[in-house]
Amino acid sequence: MATTSQSAVLRPPTTKKRAGWLGSQRDFQSTVTFTLMALPGVIMLLVFAYLPMIGLVIAFKNYKFEQGMLGSAWVGLDNFRFLFGTDQAWRITRNTLLMNSLFITTGTIVSLGIALLMNEIYTSAMSKFYQTMLFFPHFISWVIVSYFVFGFLGGEGGLVNKMLISLSLEPIAWYRSPQYWPAVLTAANLWNGMGFGSIVYLAGILGIDPTYFEAAKIDGASKWQQIRYITLPLLLPLVIILVLLGIGRIFNADFGLFYFVPRNNPQLYSTTDVIDTFVYRSLVQLGDIGMAAAAGFYQSVVGFLLVVLANWTVRRVNSDYSLF
Amino acid sequence: MTTITSSSTVVRSYRSRRFSWGKLFVHLTLGLIGLACVIPMLLVISVSLSEEKQLALRGYSLLPVGFSTFAYTYILRQPGQILQAYGVTLGVTIAGTLAGLLLCSLLGYALSRKDYRFRGVLSFYVFFTLLFNGGVVPFYVLMTRYLGLKDNILALILPYLVTSWYVLILRTSFSQLPSELLDAARIDGAGEWRIFFQMVLPLSKPVLATIGLFFILRFWNDWFLALLFINVPQLYPLQYLLYVLMANINFLASNPQTTGVPIPTQSARMAMAVLAFGPALFSFLLLQKYFVRGITIGGLKG
Repeated sequence: MATTSQSAVLRPPTTKKRAGWLGSQRDFQSTVTFTLMALPGVIMLLVFAYLPMIGLVIAFKNYKFEQGMLGSAWVGLDNFRFLFGTDQAWRITRNTLLMNSLFITTGTIVSLGIALLMNEIYTSAMSKFYQTMLFFPHFISWVIVSYFVFGFLGGEGGLVNKMLISLSLEPIAWYRSPQYWPAVLTAANLWNGMGFGSIVYLAGILGIDPTYFEAAKIDGASKWQQIRYITLPLLLPLVIILVLLGIGRIFNADFGLFYFVPRNNPQLYSTTDVIDTFVYRSLVQLGDIGMAAAAGFYQSVVGFLLVVLANWTVRRVNSDYSLF
Repeated sequence: MTTITSSSTVVRSYRSRRFSWGKLFVHLTLGLIGLACVIPMLLVISVSLSEEKQLALRGYSLLPVGFSTFAYTYILRQPGQILQAYGVTLGVTIAGTLAGLLLCSLLGYALSRKDYRFRGVLSFYVFFTLLFNGGVVPFYVLMTRYLGLKDNILALILPYLVTSWYVLILRTSFSQLPSELLDAARIDGAGEWRIFFQMVLPLSKPVLATIGLFFILRFWNDWFLALLFINVPQLYPLQYLLYVLMANINFLASNPQTTGVPIPTQSARMAMAVLAFGPALFSFLLLQKYFVRGITIGGLKG
């Protein structure tokens, strides 16, 4: 305590307002220095984050490479009319929303379940080992996951079909059967994310005051009762917040998962094509920049509104957890 | 997480030694889930070590069918393309991580200083990019038409250098450094740059390690920028090469020295995957604890 008050006295006048000519000179100098420090980062963000925001106007133009962003002709809402005139707009919106809802639901339940189990044995030597295994998929890129999935479902020798045959069931042509892909993608997403999710929830559980559990034990509460009446209710705000933040991002699909794992297979588009894959395909493979820009604009704007709405809701639940 | 456990271990270890059916159930369930997490990797390794003929006959299996390392010798016989991809990925990862750490911590430090006049404005400037972004199309047009970065190695580095999320984590961490220390240095006549490089950075090693790991993984595992901007094989990063090989394993055989030898299609493909995730797996085992810590500090308010 003594040291802090002493240093407050000794603190140079930079923190004081109106500290005279010398002080303001110092202020000016430090402002210049800090601005110089911030400048490279600020410029990078300007170029790679803010310029693309301005570039959203492409959605209202007939973009031609030679004419550039400003030179291309305005076409009003033509790109949007074109996009929403096809049934693709509905398909990609539905797939994005449905798949993300599936991901949020399954991810929350499974991560929470694992965290509860982890908490029961977190003093045992094995718990670190389980954590490492569960966390491993998070470090693997979707390209490699697509190899993994192919090993299970792939054409000639996939493990799952081998098992089906050994059970004398019909093998399934996975990469030609869109109806199975919501389940496959959900499994892949769970596989990738549950280690991460369970660590977040486990940290939440470990943050609960242990005296609650001790008191409950003295009163003779069983493990299940402790979970039901202490852990889950106290964890609920965190769960709600993570779910709401998930909903805020529900309009943005994980491009790598939806592009690589189904191997960009047109036969599977009816269930695997999402806004992000559609935008990429229109842009790079079909060269239809107008269509891509319209879909991208649609995603940016709706996504932004959802984030703001979700955050507003989170703030009403518990302002400590809101983003802003 | 370790700090939390160690304090209570002494008390609980005695009790947890006792056998209970409930504990057994928990261990079994977690063991099975953990196994499910690593089995795909084991399958891929097993296929890569299988004999191609046996694979065609008997399909994939968790243990190699007819053990053979031919897929690896086949790939490594003409390692040019793979080495090149490794080189690109390694160079991008090292350059990107170092430059990214420098830019993000400089910006984060300026924002962490309460006596910096533009602190509020710039914090919002950084934060807003988390909420709203222009999406892929304008980004693509900007990079190709205006910055001319198509088929340029900088296209694999620059876009990720300043990541708002990392800047905000660093800002929070820097603002928790004891201000007495920095004030003392200032009184001793150290300039802001010197304070930053000689005090702030050395004192922030843990958070720098965490963010550094985030950067390493991001650059090592990236395929997205290559997918958008790279068309020449000389600049393929590892993950993108892997993606190309998934679609077309014959890409490997396009060099004259290997023509004539039948390609071990299935096992070579999987061997490539093993060569690509091997180093990532290794760094994961080494640096896992920093990542866990990153998750917990990632929860701080922006």
